[in-house]
Amino acid sequence: MTTLVIAEHNNQQAQASTFSTIAAATQLSGDTVVLVAGHNCQAAAEQITKAQGVSKVLLADAEHYAHLLAEDLDRLVVAIAEDYTHILAPASTFGKNFMPRVAALLDVQQISEITAIDSDDVFERPVYAGNAIATVKSNDAKKVITVRATGFDAVAEEGGSAIIESIEAKEASAASSYVGAELTVSERPELTSARVIVSGGRGMGSGENFAMLEALADKLGAAVGASRAAVDAGFVPNDYQVGQTGKIVAPELYIAVGISGAIQHLAGMKDSKVIVAINKDEEAPIFQVADYGLVADLFKVIPELNDAL
Amino acid sequence: MKILVAIKRVIDANVKVRVNADNTGVETANVKMSMNPFCEIAVEEAIRLKEQGVASEVVAVCIGPQQAQETLRTALALGADKAVLVKSDEELESLAVAKVLKNIVEKEEPQMVLLGKQSIDSDNNQTGQMLGALLGWGQGTFASEVKVADGKAQVTREIDGGLETVELTMPAIVTTDLRLNEPRFASLPNIMKAKRKPLEELAVADLGVDIAPRTETLKVANPPARQEGIKVETVAELVDKLKNDAKVI
Ligand SMILES: Cc1cc2nc3c(=O)[nH]c(=O)nc-3n(C[C@H](O)[C@H](O)[C@H](O)COP(=O)(O)OP(=O)(O)OC[C@H]3O[C@@H](n4cnc5c(N)ncnc54)[C@H](O)[C@@H]3O)c2cc1C
Ligand SMILES: Nc1ncnc2c1ncn2[C@@H]1O[C@H](COP(=O)(O)O)[C@@H](O)[C@H]1O
Repeated sequence: MTTLVIAEHNNQQAQASTFSTIAAATQLSGDTVVLVAGHNCQAAAEQITKAQGVSKVLLADAEHYAHLLAEDLDRLVVAIAEDYTHILAPASTFGKNFMPRVAALLDVQQISEITAIDSDDVFERPVYAGNAIATVKSNDAKKVITVRATGFDAVAEEGGSAIIESIEAKEASAASSYVGAELTVSERPELTSARVIVSGGRGMGSGENFAMLEALADKLGAAVGASRAAVDAGFVPNDYQVGQTGKIVAPELYIAVGISGAIQHLAGMKDSKVIVAINKDEEAPIFQVADYGLVADLFKVIPELNDAL
Repeated sequence: MKILVAIKRVIDANVKVRVNADNTGVETANVKMSMNPFCEIAVEEAIRLKEQGVASEVVAVCIGPQQAQETLRTALALGADKAVLVKSDEELESLAVAKVLKNIVEKEEPQMVLLGKQSIDSDNNQTGQMLGALLGWGQGTFASEVKVADGKAQVTREIDGGLETVELTMPAIVTTDLRLNEPRFASLPNIMKAKRKPLEELAVADLGVDIAPRTETLKVANPPARQEGIKVETVAELVDKLKNDAKVI
């Protein structure tokens, strides 16, 4: 048995999600091989050779892999799939985009967003926005799985010494081409790997008011997140959204400000270690998951909190 | 061009879902069912493309039990021209749904298939991508904007780092994200009109598609409960707790 992990990276560097996915792979029997497909991505591949638990890194370097379109990546993975019993990728927008294509081409029912591995063919995954945890057995000969990063502690990024083996790229697909991207640039830590997150909701009232949270975040070395309502209202960009259909986070400390705590929001953050809720409505459901609740007007207490830190 | 929209009937997003007593699934008796919210967005987008003169016909398809007729009637009331119900009393896995949809695509020959990015019950986020692979089509998943011109579709996608735009050769797959549009409500006259629109019924068994399940659900359990927290009265107390009890700052 050997597991193939598809690495998420930006050609220079592997994303934190890759190391959590490798951690999941090491819980399965057999070796772990990592595929790094990209363009000028040697640096990312070398970084991954040092990760604990990796026996080999496959490197597929080609111009048309620069943006890792699903229509190119699927055929590459399928071409090498024969050697593996399990194929894993992070359940990020990267993994969610191409992995079901791999599964369909291999005639496999994918198991999405696992949070635990019970055995080589039994996995746990949240359903209904985390209202229930399903234990699922896959009867497919090959398992195609996406991994929720918060379910697995990342492997150490040092100490390993895997070899790199170059593999041939497949022909580019004509079905899709990359036009461009508008990526959020931030000095703050990335949401899904931040130790502390300060999140704002509709209660923030406007995008300008988020500056208060950013100041707080900077004091705490935190990332800034948001509820769907705050994103829909245009206060902050879409990639701030935490929840069932946004990002799943589990920081050491999650501070929810002016967020009511709808089930879809809780789905994305209730595995945080310590949750603080600041809301003027003492009935707000967010208080049911909060370790520390402060019933107060955020416009009064956020400046106070900024001063106190 | 013709657009096919795949819609799923799910437990309404506002229902507090409960695990059933024998841990085999969730309570479904007397629970409100609705169109999956991402599918509402897909229907809305198809109708807008028709209103813009880009699409000429919108066909809604659902694989589900007889009651899923209601969900399809809703799509018709919103503006779909025709509906297809593929009857199945068993809940199909995403791979099987994708195979059934492929069969319908071969019959209807649409230039675009719109799907939700995710069902809010299974939280799978698979079907559109699987259908794309089975058909050999390109895909724009998690779409926040769709523009169609000159036989190409430009799709802006919500990704973890921000937004990404891809150009797809048609026919193509698009899956919807929350910010693509705000779905309209069906008006009473349109609800009445929808009763006369065509709704075709097929039995999944007659399609000759392999729908055999590949997975077994061994157990459905409640998530671990969080320990009850406390209320603090002041910012000073909060900071003290975070520093000295929780030790997280
Ligand atoms: C298909 C689907 C998917 C969804 N996915 C997500 C998701 O991924 N993530 C997500 O977050 N939501 C998601 N939602 C939306 C979710 O259901 C809620 O609508 C949303 O989370 C509400 O955001 P909110 O708490 O900011 O707004 P509200 O519910 O409006 O809450 C605002 C809160 O701010 C408080 N407040 C107002 N003013 C102040 C003040 N001055 N001081 C202190 N408190 C104040 C209020 O008391 C209130 O509790 C989804 C919904 C659907 C249907
Ligand atoms: N039974 C079904 N009938 C029609 N469409 C479906 C069905 N199941 C899933 N879909 C479509 O696939 C999308 C994604 O579903 P999923 O892959 O299950 O998360 C949904 O939003 C629908 O558009």
